[in-house]
Amino acid sequence: MIGALQGLGLLAAAAGAGFFLAGTVGLIRFPDTTSRLHALTKADNLGLGLVVLGLLPFAGSLGAALKLLLVWGLVLLAGGTVAQMIAARVRGTEPGA
Amino acid sequence: MGGLVDWLLAALVLGAAAWTLAAPTGFAAVVGFVGFGLLVTLAWVRLGAVDVALTEAAIGAGATGVILLMAVVRLRGGAEEVSAATPGRAVMVAAGLLAGGVGLALALAVLALPDPAPGLAAAAMARRGELGLGNPVAAVLMGYRGLDTLLESVVLVFAVLAVWSMAPDRRWGGIPGPRFPRQEAGPLALLARLLLPIGLVIGIHVAWVGAEAPGGKFQGGTILAAMWVLAWVAGLVQPPAIASQAVRLALVAGPLAFLLAGFAGMALGEGFLAWPPGLAKPMILLVEAAMTLSVAAALALLVAGPPERAA
Repeated sequence: MIGALQGLGLLAAAAGAGFFLAGTVGLIRFPDTTSRLHALTKADNLGLGLVVLGLLPFAGSLGAALKLLLVWGLVLLAGGTVAQMIAARVRGTEPGA
Repeated sequence: MGGLVDWLLAALVLGAAAWTLAAPTGFAAVVGFVGFGLLVTLAWVRLGAVDVALTEAAIGAGATGVILLMAVVRLRGGAEEVSAATPGRAVMVAAGLLAGGVGLALALAVLALPDPAPGLAAAAMARRGELGLGNPVAAVLMGYRGLDTLLESVVLVFAVLAVWSMAPDRRWGGIPGPRFPRQEAGPLALLARLLLPIGLVIGIHVAWVGAEAPGGKFQGGTILAAMWVLAWVAGLVQPPAIASQAVRLALVAGPLAFLLAGFAGMALGEGFLAWPPGLAKPMILLVEAAMTLSVAAALALLVAGPPERAA
């Protein structure tokens, strides 16, 4: 038996998986580095966000739910930083270099 | 459903391994190796070995990946040396056959095990309460095979010594690794300032919960080392000279505490590395804390490499 919240969670996780699929297709198909980064960050940010949202009803405890949100926040921070650094490198506008 | 996921995962692990071996450049091979390590991490999770999964992700994929990446960067411009050190086709084929043979023999041995496989799990679980550790993996690592864990900690010190020995004589005692410019603005500066406090807390947390839940000194120490590397590449800290007493003390603090605890077992308990009853938990926690520091120092120094500049 699955409750309404869990059902919504599964839908959100499935939507997140869709974003991962689209991001991966973009990563493979797009012609240049910045477009590929653009596709990849959608998978990282929105895709993982939806997957985390979908897992929240299954977390079991408040601590576990907060840890899931922390994981998403850390991936946002790291992914955003790396994407900016790669883009700056490609465009030759690296700070401090 | 579960079986399908496992088959897919196994196929992905093998595919990533093959891709890594066939990668055209060193950089691509390292990227493949890190991806392979993360897939193996998922395999360990599927097998229920979360402690091993954490270690694989932290040390197998993370720390080793960064060390290999540094090696790739250092090898640029040394094409002649690289091709001179690359083994010939015959050696590669022999190594491949040997590795394949060992893998096949291991797979056959695992498949030949009776179900349920014989083991000492029940006996180990029965007595772990005496050490006061809730995590059975930590209890086995510290209680039953303390000698192995002690030697693992010593191996890290020797690995750092081996890297330091690569330095020419005139650089001995100097500062390892390249110098990174201090980032005052930009994404890296932001990441280093935001992530450092969070990462330090998470690293210490992972090391601390190892007594009760999956985690421990190696996993937590790796996260702490990663935070130092982040501060280093952002130019916030410079590597210390390898002649520094503080660095050398941090490197050997863990093995030293472990050895002292082992000898204390001879004085107070039944023998070398026997934890005296009643004192087991606090002694283990002290050893684990010192080990976390030493693992972090050793991994950070392995990433930094041999000394390159005068102190």
